[in-house]
Amino acid sequence: MTRFGSLADAPASLLIHGARVVDPATGTDAAADLAIHDGEFVSPSALPADAVRVDANGLVAIPALCDLHAHLREPGAEASETIESGARAAAHGGYATVCAMPNTNPPLDEPARVAWVAARAVDAACRVRVVAAATRGRAGEAFTDLRELAALGIAGVSDDGTAVASAPVARSLLAYLAPLGLPLIEHAEEAGLAEGTVMRGGAVATRLGLAAWPASAELIVVERDIALAAETGGWVHLTHLSTSAALGAVRRAKEAGVRVTCDVTPHHLALTDAWVAGDRSFAWEEPGDPGSPLDPSRAYDGACRVNPPLGTRDDALALLAGVADGTVDAIATDHAPHPAERKLVEFAAAAPGMIGLETALSLGLAAVAAGCLSLLALVAAMATNPARLIGERRAIEPGATADLVLVDPSAAWRVEREVLASASANTPLLGRELPGVVRLTLASGRVTYANGIDGLD
Amino acid sequence: MPGHRWPHRHLLDVDVLARAEIARCLDLAAEMREVRAAGDHRDDLSGQIVGLAFAEASTRTRVSFEIAALTLGARVVELPIDASSVSKGESLADTLRTLERTGIGTIVLRHGASGAPYHAARSCGARIVNAGDGTHAHPTQALLDALTLRGALGDLDGRSVAIVGDIAHSRVARSNLHLLTALGANVRLAGPPAWVNAFRGWPGASVHERLEEALEGADAVMTLRVQLERRAGSGVPSLREYTRRWGLTEERMRLARPDAPLLHPGPTNEGVELTADLAGGPRSLIGTQVANGVAVRMAVLALLAP
Repeated sequence: MTRFGSLADAPASLLIHGARVVDPATGTDAAADLAIHDGEFVSPSALPADAVRVDANGLVAIPALCDLHAHLREPGAEASETIESGARAAAHGGYATVCAMPNTNPPLDEPARVAWVAARAVDAACRVRVVAAATRGRAGEAFTDLRELAALGIAGVSDDGTAVASAPVARSLLAYLAPLGLPLIEHAEEAGLAEGTVMRGGAVATRLGLAAWPASAELIVVERDIALAAETGGWVHLTHLSTSAALGAVRRAKEAGVRVTCDVTPHHLALTDAWVAGDRSFAWEEPGDPGSPLDPSRAYDGACRVNPPLGTRDDALALLAGVADGTVDAIATDHAPHPAERKLVEFAAAAPGMIGLETALSLGLAAVAAGCLSLLALVAAMATNPARLIGERRAIEPGATADLVLVDPSAAWRVEREVLASASANTPLLGRELPGVVRLTLASGRVTYANGIDGLD
Repeated sequence: MPGHRWPHRHLLDVDVLARAEIARCLDLAAEMREVRAAGDHRDDLSGQIVGLAFAEASTRTRVSFEIAALTLGARVVELPIDASSVSKGESLADTLRTLERTGIGTIVLRHGASGAPYHAARSCGARIVNAGDGTHAHPTQALLDALTLRGALGDLDGRSVAIVGDIAHSRVARSNLHLLTALGANVRLAGPPAWVNAFRGWPGASVHERLEEALEGADAVMTLRVQLERRAGSGVPSLREYTRRWGLTEERMRLARPDAPLLHPGPTNEGVELTADLAGGPRSLIGTQVANGVAVRMAVLALLAP
């Protein structure tokens, strides 16, 4: 019924008939036949006679997704995820490209380690691009070998997990990276304000008695980095923004012409701090009564602990508006697998992070169904724009790389451990039914995931 | 109501209790107080084992639960659990599951992490009674405070209760906020801005930077223990300044209703959050609170009994 493939497979020859094609790059939203051969989109007349014909009536064809931020945990924490399992999760979620973050053990702070990950990924179920560490050992002091790393094709550099704490180090990094055309990807968080905190400050944290992370923790570093990017001409990419205030700062900086881009996660768009108290309504839904008694089956669930912490409903709605108006460049998952024993503990002891590669598109489609976003804006934020930021191109037109997803927006699936390709299942969406079933993922014209497609699975 | 099955398996916080359930619990506690006064015992928990799992130091709450359980006919075991068990590789959930399998039906849990009893309730089949979790809740303290206030004031509907001190880090204050507002009282919170501001907007509560505002005409006053180890940067410049501005004195208490009772969850820092004269004076119900603690814990254990 379902099958995973890899980039090492032979390219498929396909004629996809009857899909609604939605492609921001070409401004398309119309039914069209798509022909794929030798890794590229081609004109139907160029297909060989034995090409597989795929009936895609009722399905939507979109450019395959591109994730700017995922933790594949290899090397060092292979029980949580491996490059292989993470790439399969990506293919299941509709991704053709995933950027692997460098906070592995050892960290990806040397060219040889980056090359090792790239070599491990040649037969993965999606392209894996590496985000290298910005500083050696992610210690925030000495730069990594930035030019050598750039020559290896990295997507950017980051000390993700923390910001580059020292302003002078961040400033000189931005200056050095500017001619390389690579971003400093910043996890914007002021360490002192964040220390010891476990959830976003606000009425929910007050009620739960949990140490509160103030929105200023994010804003301070965002404003600092914007100032440094403006001064150096460097490119700062602010990842997993979670607050309305920080997004406002990015909007103003973009208007002023600063080289700043940003991404937000699906969970910061869809979930709110009320989830920590056990509410399970999406940001665009009517929230539960904040005064109702805590539900012992859901309150303080470690699956809801994530950094940056889940924001308020107003934050989520502001971030959704930012995706809709283009202030947010990309939706990136911050896929952060953890084993159950790191999550089934007291809330403050839970490892921060949740998986996201397999649920991101579904959450996005739920937001579209709720009227928060157009489908074109969603696809632009999940595929077209992030791909452009790392030097890839997503376009559904002859001659372009065949990175494609067929998704059934009217079907639903239940998030269960057994259906997840990730080696971990740490998500508060477990057990929940979500809209949008991926039926086919193509990366470079290879079938990396097929689900109920005659002749392909 | 008496005799009806109690609908709650655990007591994690008082937020789940309907007004009639609170009344039932307090009525039963009043009965338990008579049992104690007469030197009698009951057999509500005969044949049961109650485990006391205190991962944080506590004398009065632990002893109070122990006496309550023994007076109801239970056997009591101390459960070797401490906050460092996670770092030793054994999780709270593992420990509690193991203990439950030894036949312990009820676990009284004190833990430093907010929400730990919720996690415990999900992790094992025992009944969990929260004896204080982090800065979240202390339900039996709130119930004994309500019993004490009811004894002094009668019905609490429409009454004003001032709570003074570090509300932000107080599980006692949070559970009292739930319980007192559920009983119809208005709660006035007073203390340094960093200790009270997050509570602006709490239904039924008002926040006051000026102590005098909170005390003016209050029907009852509760002050909280100031954690002496709190350092600079945590809300007040010094204990001296706290005492000068928010410490309770006989003179300040005259702003409240005449004879307004004074409560404190203990242990007190006399000379810091209140004067020794007040603590030992006629308004003080601190001793009554301790005695009511055993009665309330008997009522809770009896209501939860299978």
